[in-house]
Amino acid sequence: MSTFVLMTVTGLGLAALYFLVASGLSLVFGLMHVLNFAHGAFLTLGGYTAWLVTDASGSFPLGVVAGMAVAAGLGALTETGLLRRMHGDHVPQVLLTVGLLLAFTALVRAAFGSDLRPLAVPDWLVRVTHLAGAPVPNSRFLLIGVAVAVYLAMAAFLSRTRYGLIVRAGVENRAMVTALGIDVRRAFTLVFAIGAALAALAGALVAAVNGAVSPEQGLTLLIFAFIVVIIGGLGSFHGSALAAVLVGLLQQYANFYAAVGSGDLIVVLLLAGVLLTRPQGLLGRSLA
Amino acid sequence: MTSQPTRVRSRTGGTAAGGGDGTTPRLRRGWPAAAVLVALAAVPVLPLHLPVVFTGPLDSPGVLHLLSLMCVMAAVAVTYDLLFGFTGLLSFGHGLYVALGMYTTAVVLNATDLGLVAALGAVVLVGLVVPLVLGAVCLRVSGIAFAMVTLAFAQAGAIFVIRDPFDLTGGELGLVLDYRKLPVWLVGVFNAEYRYWLALALLVVVVAAVRWALASRPGRVWLAIRDNEQRVAVLGLRPYTFKLLAFVLSSVLASLAGAVYALVVGGAHAEVIQPTFTLGLLVMVVLGGSGRAYGALVGGLVYTYLEHRLGDLSGSVQELPAVLRAPLMEPLLLLGVLFVLLVLFLPGGLVSVAGRGQPDPAGRIRAALRRWRAR
Repeated sequence: MSTFVLMTVTGLGLAALYFLVASGLSLVFGLMHVLNFAHGAFLTLGGYTAWLVTDASGSFPLGVVAGMAVAAGLGALTETGLLRRMHGDHVPQVLLTVGLLLAFTALVRAAFGSDLRPLAVPDWLVRVTHLAGAPVPNSRFLLIGVAVAVYLAMAAFLSRTRYGLIVRAGVENRAMVTALGIDVRRAFTLVFAIGAALAALAGALVAAVNGAVSPEQGLTLLIFAFIVVIIGGLGSFHGSALAAVLVGLLQQYANFYAAVGSGDLIVVLLLAGVLLTRPQGLLGRSLA
Repeated sequence: MTSQPTRVRSRTGGTAAGGGDGTTPRLRRGWPAAAVLVALAAVPVLPLHLPVVFTGPLDSPGVLHLLSLMCVMAAVAVTYDLLFGFTGLLSFGHGLYVALGMYTTAVVLNATDLGLVAALGAVVLVGLVVPLVLGAVCLRVSGIAFAMVTLAFAQAGAIFVIRDPFDLTGGELGLVLDYRKLPVWLVGVFNAEYRYWLALALLVVVVAAVRWALASRPGRVWLAIRDNEQRVAVLGLRPYTFKLLAFVLSSVLASLAGAVYALVVGGAHAEVIQPTFTLGLLVMVVLGGSGRAYGALVGGLVYTYLEHRLGDLSGSVQELPAVLRAPLMEPLLLLGVLFVLLVLFLPGGLVSVAGRGQPDPAGRIRAALRRWRAR
């Protein structure tokens, strides 16, 4: 029983990470039709900024906030400076983000080396809490708590604010929103910056859970986030949340109860199954 | 991406072109390609020394090894461009099929006594069946979703190879080919020229096969699908079948290239199945010029050369400050930046600068800069 509780909480922690990465990807895709590989770069950026700031100031929360701020700024800059200039050409936009990811990963490797860099996290984060007899690392609770908070905040932003309304309308039918005289481009920049900040948050949290940062951590998480986005439905925020929980739990259970590595394969099989029966994803409308 | 089908047709010269258009005698158009081929085949017997370009004389094993890698990677890039540049399918899982060829070769050679020919037969068989099944699933979706699904399958393959549940692939260490089961002429440092000729032969076969396929009837449909898939469907053809055909052909050729790659490097390693490998292919194709005759070929050669030599070249400049040297030791940084610049300013790639009809490359770049400022 206690193992099951541990597996469930760890699985939910994984799901929380997937959700943080996937929700930004999904919104960016829904609104701009850009498959954003640079998301992986923002993730790495968040991890490394958190590491540098934590080292300099001694405060991990400050590091996380700094990482998010830097990523949001750089995200807004990427959108206005590069992506906007090739507006409408989806494939070149994807290529552009691929180039950014490759160049950024190489830059980080050139600057800090390819070895793991240990990150000093607060003591309470590495301790365990006993939940129904299972010793659960506190970092998992942090992941879940942050993801739930982000989910609620984003849901409120999308349904209660004016910009949220524009974003939702833009995902639904961008041409119509533009025709009504609303400048969607500002919403693009905003969503891109939010997505980058969430990716950086995920990157900093991954660094905290692993206790270290590495240049390649972005890409691995990015791939599972892609899978989550497709299963949930491209452009669907709630779909991403649902799929993240599904994928995180399934992966964790299978890796523990079946064989190590089988969870990752089962997730891909789940993806194939979803595509064969419901190509638009669980909560998606239709695929581009 | 933007080139018209007519452009491709008019450039299908070379020795291996299927149908000529009748305006130029086919023999005469084949001459330059044949001359280049003879020159390339003669490389291992030329004791020529090119100081900065290569580390040793052309016939030294190290240089021949680099040239072999360039040929193999160019062949893989050409198969990738068949999907991306000519059929309009953006796949992020092409490395899976290269790995399939590599590992099938290594496993069949090492685990059985059947020899090299049987191993290559197995590569073709596996290289046909696996993409047929996976392609049938992936092509259920199109566009960006297709890209993500191919990436997911490649990732599943990567996990399979690295975790190695059946004790088959050697995990992260990979497999080393058993030299006793290889033909004698492929073993040893001093037989590098045979491996080079093998890689060159692969490149010629792949380029010929892709050009022949593109000039065939399904080839026209691929170009049409790239330009307007809906229209193809309206005309009464099933895009799905043709896309699957392109996917399988491209994948089986990639598997074949993987087999030669395994012979050139003497084993199979998990690097080819990592997502970065396929992203590298994408960079090669765009670097050379996607959907253009010789684009992927040139891109593959240039990329692989730079990837291996940039580090040495930057090391050879003595007075370089450390701030500049560290980034130069990371070839992917320069290639990534170059790639971004190409996507922004020169979507046609390197061959579009050298191509006929655009006599003034500097003018083209100036025009691109003007368009950039105007936006």
